[in-house]
Amino acid sequence: MTVDLDELVAAAQTGDRAAFDGLVRATHADVYTLALRLTGDEEDARDVTQEAYLRAYKGLHRFRGDAQFSTWMYRITANCASTLLTSRRRRRHDELPDDMPIADTHPDIDPVAMAEAGLLRSRVSDALQELPPRLRAVVVLRDVYDMPHEAIAEELGITEAAAKVRLHRARRKLRERLFPLGREEAAHAV
Amino acid sequence: MRCDDVALVLPRIADGTEVADIAVRDHVEHCLRCQAEMVQYRKLLKALHQLRTEVLEPAPGLVSDILATIEAAGERGAIRSLLAGKRAAYVGGIAAATVAGATAGALVLASRARQRRLRVAG
Repeated sequence: MTVDLDELVAAAQTGDRAAFDGLVRATHADVYTLALRLTGDEEDARDVTQEAYLRAYKGLHRFRGDAQFSTWMYRITANCASTLLTSRRRRRHDELPDDMPIADTHPDIDPVAMAEAGLLRSRVSDALQELPPRLRAVVVLRDVYDMPHEAIAEELGITEAAAKVRLHRARRKLRERLFPLGREEAAHAV
Repeated sequence: MRCDDVALVLPRIADGTEVADIAVRDHVEHCLRCQAEMVQYRKLLKALHQLRTEVLEPAPGLVSDILATIEAAGERGAIRSLLAGKRAAYVGGIAAATVAGATAGALVLASRARQRRLRVAG
């Protein structure tokens, strides 16, 4: 059965709790997926998802329908995850620097063959989890969820320039992680 | 132009947000290393984009946890509204009683004044 999110949003905005529950049921898996990609931890992802829906519930009257409800939820989720990760980073003393190389646990596997076999996606997923959270957030929001730089910067509380720099670093790290051959060797692999 | 200079723009060219200028194009056309890097970025971006369709199912109970959180928040909001309503009623009651008292006082005073005037006239 297809759920009309627009109708549910309209009803929920009039105070219909059952309609809001319907929105939760229809979208929670997508929101949780983003939360898990951003936090890299199931328990954190659950907390972020709950907090995101709570904020959405309280702020639903501000949702104007300019974007899709799911897009609006993604932005709230990104903001909640950023808040969680920022508070956690402040408590951590052993944070890895952004420039720390990511160890490749499968350097012997030919990435081209894997891509052809459709396995690259799962390696990308693993590699994302090994990125520092601040880089992971930007690349997930930009390259997986197509969020504009401006929105990413706003939800993560950073400048647009910083978002672009982080995106570049994240992509470079992922590429180096997934295609560990040296540039000379890589040239011959094309 | 050197490979390191081109490396800065390759991901943006690969995702289509930047168009390669003539110098970059010339370099990449003759540089196998940069071509390889471009291919890698394209594969990476494609794989990342494909993740968008993947849904990672949460462990059971998440929906009920979310709904319980919202229910609790709704209850807190309702209690605040009720308390605010009662407070308004309480303040309104005091105001009404004050107005009624003042009116009654004024009537008593007016009545006494009229009686005094009648006694003086009589």
